[in-house]
Amino acid sequence: MIAAIIAITSLAALFGLLLGFAAVRFRSEGDPVVERIDQLLPQTQCGQCGYPGCRPYAEAIVAGDADINRCPPGGESTIRSLADLLDREPKPLDPERGVEKPKLVAVIHEELCIGCTLCIQACPVDAILGAGKQMHTVIESECTGCELCVEPCPVDCIDMVPPAPSLATWRWPRPAPNPKPGRRVAEAG
Amino acid sequence: MSLAERLWRFHGGISLPGSKGLSTAEPLRNASIPDILVHPLSQHVGAPAEAIVSPGDVVLRGQPIAKAAGYVGSPVHAGSSGTVVEIGARPVPHPSGLSAECVVIRTDGEDRPFRGYDPLTNYRTLNAPALRARVRECGIVGLGGAAFPTSVKLNVGVGLKSLILNAAECEPYISCDDMLLRHRAEEVILGAQVMMHALEIRNCCIAIEEDKPEARAALMAANAGIADDRIEVTVIPAIYPAGGERQLIQVLTGREVPADGIPADIGYLCQNVGTAAAVARAVLRGEPLISRVVTVTGSGVASPANLEVRLGTAVSHVIAECGGYTESARHLVMGGAMMGFPLDRDDLPVIKATNCLLVASKDDIRPRDAALPCIRCGDCAQVCPARLLPQQLQWFTRADDFEQVEALNLYDCIECGCCDLVCPSHIPLTQYFRFAKTEIWARKREREQSDHARERFEARKARVEEQARERQRRLEAKTRALGKVGKDEAARKAMIDEVMKRVREKKNAGSSEVDPE
Repeated sequence: MIAAIIAITSLAALFGLLLGFAAVRFRSEGDPVVERIDQLLPQTQCGQCGYPGCRPYAEAIVAGDADINRCPPGGESTIRSLADLLDREPKPLDPERGVEKPKLVAVIHEELCIGCTLCIQACPVDAILGAGKQMHTVIESECTGCELCVEPCPVDCIDMVPPAPSLATWRWPRPAPNPKPGRRVAEAG
Repeated sequence: MSLAERLWRFHGGISLPGSKGLSTAEPLRNASIPDILVHPLSQHVGAPAEAIVSPGDVVLRGQPIAKAAGYVGSPVHAGSSGTVVEIGARPVPHPSGLSAECVVIRTDGEDRPFRGYDPLTNYRTLNAPALRARVRECGIVGLGGAAFPTSVKLNVGVGLKSLILNAAECEPYISCDDMLLRHRAEEVILGAQVMMHALEIRNCCIAIEEDKPEARAALMAANAGIADDRIEVTVIPAIYPAGGERQLIQVLTGREVPADGIPADIGYLCQNVGTAAAVARAVLRGEPLISRVVTVTGSGVASPANLEVRLGTAVSHVIAECGGYTESARHLVMGGAMMGFPLDRDDLPVIKATNCLLVASKDDIRPRDAALPCIRCGDCAQVCPARLLPQQLQWFTRADDFEQVEALNLYDCIECGCCDLVCPSHIPLTQYFRFAKTEIWARKREREQSDHARERFEARKARVEEQARERQRRLEAKTRALGKVGKDEAARKAMIDEVMKRVREKKNAGSSEVDPE
């Protein structure tokens, strides 16, 4: 009886020490789930979800404050991957947050720009170039299409336009459920 | 030892009617030079070339007009002498129907040559880097249709087992390699010798399908004339797609090229015969790639033939050279019947990859019936030369499960169209795979872009926070300085006066500069 108590107690002490050591030695920095959710979000940093950026939204999801259907730029596919990751049921995009639409980029009408720098301050990814009383311009390759610069512009000179199509970014269209006849020639005598 | 002591088989494939006789009745001839040549800057795999001429410049035939950008890239040369009239976006032959940057030349009809490339007639002085440099500056890309820069493909080290020249030309209708061999077999063999010498390869096998006896005879005769016993001609069965690089190597050697590898990994280098001829011209005659043999065929064209066409010539001009369209012409296809893509206009230029212009009539077209549900017959898997599971790939593509699609080796698909052809439910399988490939690339690009955006967002956040802290620190320092002076009224006043004086001086300086504070 006594031997059993001693054995169990010493085992408990040993494992306790081991776990304690591991907790200190292999401590993980940050919350890995937040990281993984952040990886899935589109990084538009638009704030349409109600949080000031993608990472704060990821933190809110983990904390249980926000649902997974609040990201319009990510749309249905992001909701689906979030549902997969968190093992929840996918649900439709929250219409209060906006609608899913193809990616756009901001363009400044340079002849109208008065150089007020308000859009530069609004841009979350430093994609607008310019200085006070100098013309501003958008670096297209850096623009995430968040639209945060549109509202502050006092002269309304920023438009959201679809990016120009190019051979490098072109994709084959998804096959139609009922393809049209005669797209492929074959088997002629 | 000869390379192919026996022949092997690749998995699947189909026997297709060749329909090549249509375009081989007429001898190979040169197409006339049109008034306008349009040279797209992106007619090869890799980064688009960068224009080095400006509108108004006078250029000569074969003069470089754009330089290669990046290692995988190729320059572009003027198709004839004339004046550059425009550099800008023009519609280009591409499945997307999009426009891309082109150099447009108005020819002067004199066709004066550019003499910037010396013939390296004694090719035995060439080593591999010198060969690659010449091939690169002459803008040579794979002429079998893939248009991959040849200089990059030749960068495989020396001492491979065999050079394989691909004359299989398995696609129905296409006969440009066939006609090239009938008329210029010697050039092809010289090209093979140059590559064998530079890369120290001991033997060469020219593989040709059994349905091209004339080309084979021409090749044998040329080889007998040159008397190079390292080169042999091997006849292979005509099974589509035996002309695929990996399939051809399997037929000749019985070995498979690893999925994520290249033929050089198992000791072979494979080049199209047209590419070999272009290499011979570039090295021995100093001629850059400015023309190629194009098959113009199909029942929609009046007199089908093979033409040597200057790159940049409009498709409509080439068709007109062959008597124009017939009444039954319905569809214009660039490339072969199996792997080509439809063009919806004919003012597009011939590019380095244009091996065939097929004008099909209504009867040539197999009507694409509405796709029916997959009945899981498995015929597609039986004909797939890459031994993939087209049916599974299609299911996962439809479900947008691209992870599974990649796990099923989508990238081994050569888009030969065999599965499409045998599918009893008329499912456009190849279209699914092309869609899946570009979709996966697009998603990778998006992921990279979003990672980049995250970095920039975080960098900005860090900067804004640092600025706020800096401001706070300055404020605190000032408060402290004021605190030190304490209750001494005179010292306080002196300090305030000093600040006021500074402000006044600034105002007097008349500077309109905005203080960052």
